[in-house]
Amino acid sequence: MTITIETVQHIAHLAKLQLSETEMFRLADEMEKIVGFADKLSELDIEGVKPTTHAVAVQNVLRDDELKPSYDREKILQNAPERDAACFLVPKVVE
Amino acid sequence: MDEFKTVIGLEVHAELDTKSKIYCGCTTEFGGDENTHVCPVCSGMPGVLPMLNRKVVEYCVKAGLALNCAINPYSRQDRKHYFYPDLPKAFQTSQFDQPLCLNGYVDIVAGGQPKRIGITRIHIEEDAGKLIHGADQTRVDYNRCGVPLIEIVTEPDFENSAQVHAFLEALREILLYTEVSNCKMEEGSLRCDVNLSIHREGEPFGTRTEMKNLNSFSAAAAAVEYEAQRQRRVVLGGGKISQDTLRWDDEAGYNYVMRSKEDADEYFYFPEPDIMPMVLSEGYIERIRKTLPELPAKRRERYVQVMGLPMYDAQLLTVSKFISDFFDRTVAAGAQPKAVSNFIMGDITRLLNERGLAPEKVPIQPDAMAELLDLISKGVISNSMGSKVIEIMFEETKSPADIVRERGMAQVSDAGAIRGMCEQVIAENPKIVADYKGGKVKAITALVGQVMKMSRGKANPAMVNQLLEELLK
Ligand SMILES: [Zn+2]
Repeated sequence: MTITIETVQHIAHLAKLQLSETEMFRLADEMEKIVGFADKLSELDIEGVKPTTHAVAVQNVLRDDELKPSYDREKILQNAPERDAACFLVPKVVE
Repeated sequence: MDEFKTVIGLEVHAELDTKSKIYCGCTTEFGGDENTHVCPVCSGMPGVLPMLNRKVVEYCVKAGLALNCAINPYSRQDRKHYFYPDLPKAFQTSQFDQPLCLNGYVDIVAGGQPKRIGITRIHIEEDAGKLIHGADQTRVDYNRCGVPLIEIVTEPDFENSAQVHAFLEALREILLYTEVSNCKMEEGSLRCDVNLSIHREGEPFGTRTEMKNLNSFSAAAAAVEYEAQRQRRVVLGGGKISQDTLRWDDEAGYNYVMRSKEDADEYFYFPEPDIMPMVLSEGYIERIRKTLPELPAKRRERYVQVMGLPMYDAQLLTVSKFISDFFDRTVAAGAQPKAVSNFIMGDITRLLNERGLAPEKVPIQPDAMAELLDLISKGVISNSMGSKVIEIMFEETKSPADIVRERGMAQVSDAGAIRGMCEQVIAENPKIVADYKGGKVKAITALVGQVMKMSRGKANPAMVNQLLEELLK
C-alpha cells in the first residue's frame, strides 16, 4: 500500500500536527513500512474467527457506585504547562 | 405547507444520576469550585486504570427497557478520538458498534396524532469538561468530565417541531420515572442535537445538517423551524445544502456554522483496552426489568379508563412520579379517586406553591389523606373544613381525626341545634327574609352564610339549607 503525501497531510491535520516537507516525506516512508508490516496479517485465513478486542478474556469488571475523595486541586494542576488559580489554561479555542 | 418534506432525527444526551463518575470515585454533584471534583482518572493522567461504575450499566439498561429496546447480551466500550481541550485524554470513552441497547421506540401524540418514534440505539459514554472562553485564552474545568451519560439516538422519524417537542417531553418523563437521570435542563443534564434534512416528495433524502447546543425543548423546536426554513430557501434559490455542524444561538434565534464538511469527523474508533466487555445474562436483564415503575403514559390511561378521571386530572397527577404514587396509594387506602384528585390539584398544590416546596415534600402520608377523605365522605367534617385540616396537616404530624377532635372542627349535624340557629338568623334578618318571600330565591344563601358564621363553619351546610327552606315556607 502506498502512502501519499496527501494521506500524511490528512493524518497530521487530524492529529493537529504541523510538519515540514522533509518530515512529511520521511513519515510517508515510515508509515508505508508500518502499514506494509500490518498488511502481512491479511495473508492469514481468519474466516469464522471472532475479532480479539482484549488481551485477556475477562468480562464485567465493574466497581460499585461509591464516592472517593477527589484530589487536591493544586495536585491536579501542578504539571499543567499553563494554569491560573483554579483552571488549566489552553490557547483560545475557536468554536 | 409546500412541496418539501422535512426529515429529523435526534441525539439526546442524558447525564445519569449516579453518585460517582463513570470510571472513578469523584462526585457527579453539579457545581463545586473549578477542578475540585477531579482525580488522575477523570483528568486523563497517563497510567491510570479506569474502572466502570456498575450503576451506569444498570441505568442504561433500565432506560433501554423503558424505551422498549432490545438489550445487547454482549457490549463493549470504544475510544472515539478527537482533539479538543474539554477532553483531556484526546478521546472519549464511548460505544461504537456494540451499544448496550438497540431498536426501541416511544409512542407520542403530537397535534392530536399518535406517532411512533424509533430508537436506533442507546449507549454509555463520559461527559466532557467545561471550557470558559476568555479574551485570548480558554480556561478548562474538568468537574463535569467523566460524569456518566447515555446517548439516545432516534430514527429519522420526525416530520416537524411539534413531534420533536412531544418526544422530548415523553422521553424526559420516562427518564424521570425510571430515576436514571434528574433531567435538569438548566444544569445540562439533558441536551439534544438535531439532524435535519429536506427533500421533495418522492425524491431521496437531502443532505443533512447537525445542530448542537440545544439546551431546552423550546430551543430544539425553534431550531427545527428555523433550519427547515433556511434549507428550503437555499434549495429554492438553486443552492446546495452543505453537510455542516451548526451551533444554535437561542438568544439570536439563528444557526451559525461550527464545522464544515472539510474537517468532518473521523474519529478512528477502536475497542477500549482498559474497559472489559460487558456480558449481560438474561437473569440480570430480567432483574432490572422488574424494577421498572409503571410509566406515566400507562398511568394516565389507567386513570382515565379504569378510574374514570378526566384527562386533565390524569395529566396533572402524572407531572411528578411522587404525586402519582401518592395518589395511587391514597386510592389504595380506600379513598375515592376523584376526591383525592381534587384535593391534590387544589389544596395540596396550593400549599406546596405557597411554601415553595417540590412535590416530593408533601408532608402527608397517603393513609392519613385517605382518613381525611373518609371523614368528609361520612359527613364528620365539611369539604371546606377538610381544606383547613389539610393545612394543619402540612404543619403538624397528627392524624386528621385528632386534629378535628382537638380543635372541635366536627360538623354539627344535630337538627335541634341547627334549627335554633336558623330561627335566630331569621328573626335577626327581616329584610332578607322579606326579599326571599318576595321571590328572590337567591337571598337564602345570605341566610345560610349567617348560620354558618354563627356555627363557626361547623354546621352541616346541606342541613342548614334544608331547614331554612322549611322554616320560611
Ligand atoms: Zn475522578
